[in-house]
Amino acid sequence: MPEDLKHVADDYQWGFKDDVEPELALKGLTPETVKRISEAKGEPAWMTEFRLKALEIFYKLPMPKWGPDLTALERQLDDFFYYVKPPSKGVADRWEDVPEEIKRTYERLGIPEAERKVLAGVGAQYDSEMVYHKIKEELEKKGVIYVSIEEGLREYEEIFRKYFAKIVPPSDNKFAALNSAVWSGGSFVYVPPGVEVDVPLQAYFRVNTAGFGQFERTLIIVDEGAKVHYIEGCTAPLYTTEALHTGVIEIYVHKNANSRYTTIQNWPTNMYNLVTQRAVVEEGAYHMWLDGNLGSKVTMKYPSSILKGRGARAEVLSIAFAKSGQHLDTGAKLIHLAEDTSGSIVSKSISKGDGRASYRGLVKVNRNAERAKANVECDALLIDTESKTDTYPYMEIENETAQIGHEATVSRLADDQIFYLQTRGLPEDEAAALIVRGFIEPVAKALPLEFAVELNRLIELEMEGSVG
Amino acid sequence: MAKSLEIQDLWVSHDGKMILKGVNLSLPLGEVHALMGPNGAGKSTLGKVIAGDQAYTVERGRVLLNGEDITGLEPDERARKGLFLAFQYPLEVPGVSIANFLRLALKERLGRDVPVTEFYARLQEGLKTLEWDEEVLGRYLNEGFSGGEKKRNEILQLLVLRPQVAILDETDSGLDIDALKVVARGVNSMRGPEFSALVITHYQRLLNYIVPDVVHVMMDGRVVKTGGPELALELEARGYDWLKEEVAHAGGS
Ligand SMILES: Nc1ncnc2c1ncn2[C@@H]1O[C@H](COP(=O)(O)OP(=O)(O)OP(=O)(O)O)[C@@H](O)[C@H]1O
Ligand SMILES: [Mg+2]
Repeated sequence: MPEDLKHVADDYQWGFKDDVEPELALKGLTPETVKRISEAKGEPAWMTEFRLKALEIFYKLPMPKWGPDLTALERQLDDFFYYVKPPSKGVADRWEDVPEEIKRTYERLGIPEAERKVLAGVGAQYDSEMVYHKIKEELEKKGVIYVSIEEGLREYEEIFRKYFAKIVPPSDNKFAALNSAVWSGGSFVYVPPGVEVDVPLQAYFRVNTAGFGQFERTLIIVDEGAKVHYIEGCTAPLYTTEALHTGVIEIYVHKNANSRYTTIQNWPTNMYNLVTQRAVVEEGAYHMWLDGNLGSKVTMKYPSSILKGRGARAEVLSIAFAKSGQHLDTGAKLIHLAEDTSGSIVSKSISKGDGRASYRGLVKVNRNAERAKANVECDALLIDTESKTDTYPYMEIENETAQIGHEATVSRLADDQIFYLQTRGLPEDEAAALIVRGFIEPVAKALPLEFAVELNRLIELEMEGSVG
Repeated sequence: MAKSLEIQDLWVSHDGKMILKGVNLSLPLGEVHALMGPNGAGKSTLGKVIAGDQAYTVERGRVLLNGEDITGLEPDERARKGLFLAFQYPLEVPGVSIANFLRLALKERLGRDVPVTEFYARLQEGLKTLEWDEEVLGRYLNEGFSGGEKKRNEILQLLVLRPQVAILDETDSGLDIDALKVVARGVNSMRGPEFSALVITHYQRLLNYIVPDVVHVMMDGRVVKTGGPELALELEARGYDWLKEEVAHAGGS
């Protein structure tokens, strides 16, 4: 690692910059940029039109007037790179074929290693494009599709078109519109009826270019009775300029299917992370969002589940760790459209220094959704006196048979708790870290092992010298 | 005689209010002493200050452990030197299982990695002495525990960590008679030439099971009387008034 980056990497482990020269870089948000992205990808005309229309919607929609302050971002919107193509001959399916410099980055992030160990498939996105995509052969034989979103459009246009932007239309919110206009990269997943993918599919998102916006788009279709777990992890080097990550994730969980989507974002603290994630859950099906927000300057993210079929279930487990200078506005939405649907949200947030973690959630029960059940639990832990948290639990209940539970707690890292653990021999920092780990335990235990380890490491690092 | 724990002229304040006003107390290795006294006398404060609670300010005096001045040490440093405080009100730590916590604590106590088998052996022994089901190890530290369970858990920690000096702050309060016997058995199992304890209690009842070598009585921030086990019986029979008078007379100075 270059000497001058060492101090950065000490604080932010993935903060090293890679030596990669892009092939094409498009700056500024104009119809011209949008057309050139579409052209570079060789897209069908309908997609080019879709993009241009989305750009118009983006221009028209106002910035969100609630939540974190986005005025600085608004001023910068024209200065971002909207498309940065890494030097590559397309998406490799052999690790050897990934360009050397990019490969080194991912190897440093431990990715091929992870693949060998436990994954059913791996995808890697570098700036705007997927550079690697690979799925285990036996799954491919069973008809499981796991490719870049571009290849999804190219090779499976019929299914692609049936679902794309149907779950999250461009008009959904300003940033969904932005993504729809300039999307690039992301995964396309299709699991055929009855096929159970027992080990996770994993995607890694890496941003390298300074002042860059990453707009990945992922579409996951889990057909009847099928099962899948998709994991994404995100890192970037630390730059002084701000960056933008605006993803759109659409998931369709068909009848009796089972799906799970895990995100752990550890973006550096100059990243605006504004993501729209939504799943439609059909009859008897189950979907889980596991959402870990550790990094970024501002995050706005409320994974939602539309419980569309009778007896559909959704669960959201969410962890946010807001450190100084960060505002993490996260939560979840449960939309009950059918009878006997049930949902649960468990949100744990930690605020440290002047960090601010907000829970913002919606439980909506439609008139026809008889016997819907929803339970929301949000707990906040404040480490320092200037740490902040707030809770905005919205409820729209239109059916009186609904059973809705809501519980919120705010606690402070207590001196007497730390003292108690210290009298058993644990040093102060370790005592504090143990209390924090215990606080998130109900969510952390559902995390994939490597993320759980990473999270523990982060907590230990953050709690060092933080008390006393 | 080797002094295990020694308190010398200890003055302690909290928020500008003096709570301990010149405590002197010696606890030799191998002995068990009882510390009694009316509510508010400063017994718990003494226990916490010995353990290193920084909520209190030591104005004067010293705490010695095996002759070493530990007055300025962090609570965890004292613990690693063999000091243990069973809390009057043990704290809850949600999400941290007893097993996990004790594993970390034992590692610190011994200053080395602890093989699973060794750890497990200590746990098993402790559980057996306390007639406690193994199932409790998976529960989160004191979370949702009854008052009695919390006290029992303090003694489990004592049995696993095996300190040299233990201060037990009203471990008997809130215990039913069977639990009291079990907890006393736990403490007695630790007794020996390498262990000493300061047992804070209001009741003679506990001292029937944990028979002390010496009884101290604290009043208004000082140890005002020290005697044999019969002193506890006398307090049980006569209350504290006679002693207050005695102190008032003697304290005419
Ligand atoms: N943290 C504190 N904040 C305020 N006052 C305190 C604090 N700790 C102790 N005190 C005061 O110091 C005095 C001694 O309290 P302490 O708890 O040591 O008494 P005790 O002898 O243990 O009483 P008990 O038998 O009721 O447990 C009391 O007047 C108490 O109110
Ligand atoms: Mg007390």
